[in-house]
Amino acid sequence: MADNFPELVDTRGLRFAIDDGFSWIVANYGDTLERLLGPLLKLLGAMEAFLQWLPWYVTIAGIALLTYSASRSMRMTGAAVVMLFFIGAVGLWNDAMATVALMLAATVVAVVVGIPLGILMARSDWLRSVALPLLNIMQTLPIFVYLIPFVMLFGPGKIPAILATVFFAIPPVIRLTDLGIRQVDAEVVEAIVAFGATPGQKLLKVQIPLALPTIMAGINQTTMMALSMVVIASMIGAGGLGYQVLQGIQRLEVSRGLVAGIAIVFLAVIFDRIAQSYGRRAQKHLASGE
Amino acid sequence: MTASDVKIQVDNVYKIFGNRPDDAMAELHAGARKADVLQKTGCIVGLNGIDFSVRSGETFVIMGLSGSGKSTLIRHFNRLIEPTAGRILVDGRNIMDMNPKDLLAFRRTSISMVFQRFGLLPHQTVLENTICGPILQGVSRREAVALGMEQLELVGLKGFESRFPRQLSGGMQQRVGLARALATQADVLLMDEAFSALDPLIKSDMQEQLKDIQARLKKTIIFITHDLDEALHLGDRIAILKDGELRQVGTGAEILFHPADDYVERFVRKVDLSRALSAYGAFTKVPVLTQAEAVADRTAALLREHPAVIVAQGAEMRVLTSSEPDRAKRVASIDVAATLGESFPFLAGDDAVVVIDSGAPAGILTREMAFKALSRLAQGVCSKAPPRGPADAICA
Repeated sequence: MADNFPELVDTRGLRFAIDDGFSWIVANYGDTLERLLGPLLKLLGAMEAFLQWLPWYVTIAGIALLTYSASRSMRMTGAAVVMLFFIGAVGLWNDAMATVALMLAATVVAVVVGIPLGILMARSDWLRSVALPLLNIMQTLPIFVYLIPFVMLFGPGKIPAILATVFFAIPPVIRLTDLGIRQVDAEVVEAIVAFGATPGQKLLKVQIPLALPTIMAGINQTTMMALSMVVIASMIGAGGLGYQVLQGIQRLEVSRGLVAGIAIVFLAVIFDRIAQSYGRRAQKHLASGE
Repeated sequence: MTASDVKIQVDNVYKIFGNRPDDAMAELHAGARKADVLQKTGCIVGLNGIDFSVRSGETFVIMGLSGSGKSTLIRHFNRLIEPTAGRILVDGRNIMDMNPKDLLAFRRTSISMVFQRFGLLPHQTVLENTICGPILQGVSRREAVALGMEQLELVGLKGFESRFPRQLSGGMQQRVGLARALATQADVLLMDEAFSALDPLIKSDMQEQLKDIQARLKKTIIFITHDLDEALHLGDRIAILKDGELRQVGTGAEILFHPADDYVERFVRKVDLSRALSAYGAFTKVPVLTQAEAVADRTAALLREHPAVIVAQGAEMRVLTSSEPDRAKRVASIDVAATLGESFPFLAGDDAVVVIDSGAPAGILTREMAFKALSRLAQGVCSKAPPRGPADAICA
């Protein structure tokens, strides 16, 4: 047998320090943080209650309308309706609505926080050089690592689930907002500045509209990542379709896991198609000006 | 040039690109050259002690090849680029002293710009693009639209106002760019290689249109180009820029016939002289008679002293020459300010054209006269004509 790697440094001290430091934060600020995030929980609760209260046929009609207005394709709309019917028919409607509510809430938070961060990043090369490695780390860390600190802070439940989801899903929207703004034709930006636009007017009249297709692609990716994270987050009490999968694993019920898994795929397909179609329309609008 | 004529004065402007501008400036003041500065400090000298002034109502062309610093220089006039040192005075006011608020107001009302690749907003209509200046000025929408429509009509784009830029050809897009710049009603117009991206025919149409508009509006235009023909055609005065330094500032004629150094001389060697000289420097004055006065005795007497006689009846011109004293030949006419090159198509068909001065016939231009004038110019020997067209100035 080969030699074991020598223990050069005793890392236990360091790990204890980190754990103790974090516990101290939890003990002293946990309640404050939880109170601060109360509104988020209320938003999520309201969305979930609303989606589950809404009669299923109204929800299906609404999503069909959304799909059609984005894609203008009867085929895609029909497919969305069939998929939603399937989810309802196998008895997963309420779970699916809980998942959608969590995903939408996380996406909304990620977009509201991420777009301004992306704009700041586009304006400062320094900030970009700091933020890019951080975003890379956030995207490569195993998903489960996010769960630990949030569960410690808030205990199992919806708040840590939504926060972990936001953290996991936010990098694409930041990254692509930055990229989109940086890719806007420099001469167009220069032109509007030469005619006396303030930095704010430059941003709102030129940079954001012209970066919109790229930003939409970022939102699309963020939505997809939020959906995948929501499933994992069921391990810490997010409920929804992920919980069905988890139960399937725990009880070794292949059918339960499979059906819930298919429902998740269907949701992903529907939301991906809607977001992509909107992105493509924004792109087309810029390209032809129609 | 009196002080009141000066619209823009550029006073010892330097632009250093790089992290150590102060060191680079010190090197320059110690007499270092651009390459030395780059080696010692890692900084690139963009502009090196630029000094000139532009008169009110003048078209001032800054000419140079790529990398000469011309696009850097034009961006100093509205502070899209800040100089490292020096002053730029517009109407006697140093624009470097302006605070952000003054600068915004200055950009909105006093100076406008046309860009090489047009710089139009792709998601807005032609009209929206055109009125972007007035809207930023805070003019009411109705007024702005009226103003915008007026400018679009001026550049010949009436009826296209609700199209989008991508639906237009390059020439039309640049006319939108021009209309947008005119709509702010600023006195100073910056044109950064405005016609360089257009194909040759469209380019010359645009040049004529600019001259037309300039004759009416009398703006102060700073025009950047890398094309000497364009510079000679449009510019009242021309500045030649090389490696961030001004090599020569002068009228087209001065540049053509008294190049300040080898660089400028190499530059002008290939110029088309027929576009640099106007008919004024070449034509000969001859008597003008009406149809009633043109009796045989009288014309015969006149033809002994003059090469030809013009018989004018209304807008129709006939020319009697000593070789054909009996037959008055109908010929075309050109304006005295037209270039010799413009007379060539007519001279290819006829021996002579009538030259019109201030609306009345004044003399004739024959093939021989045109060739002689060109050969005089090519040898650098001047005719006695007073300054008029770009190249005639030299012939004093």
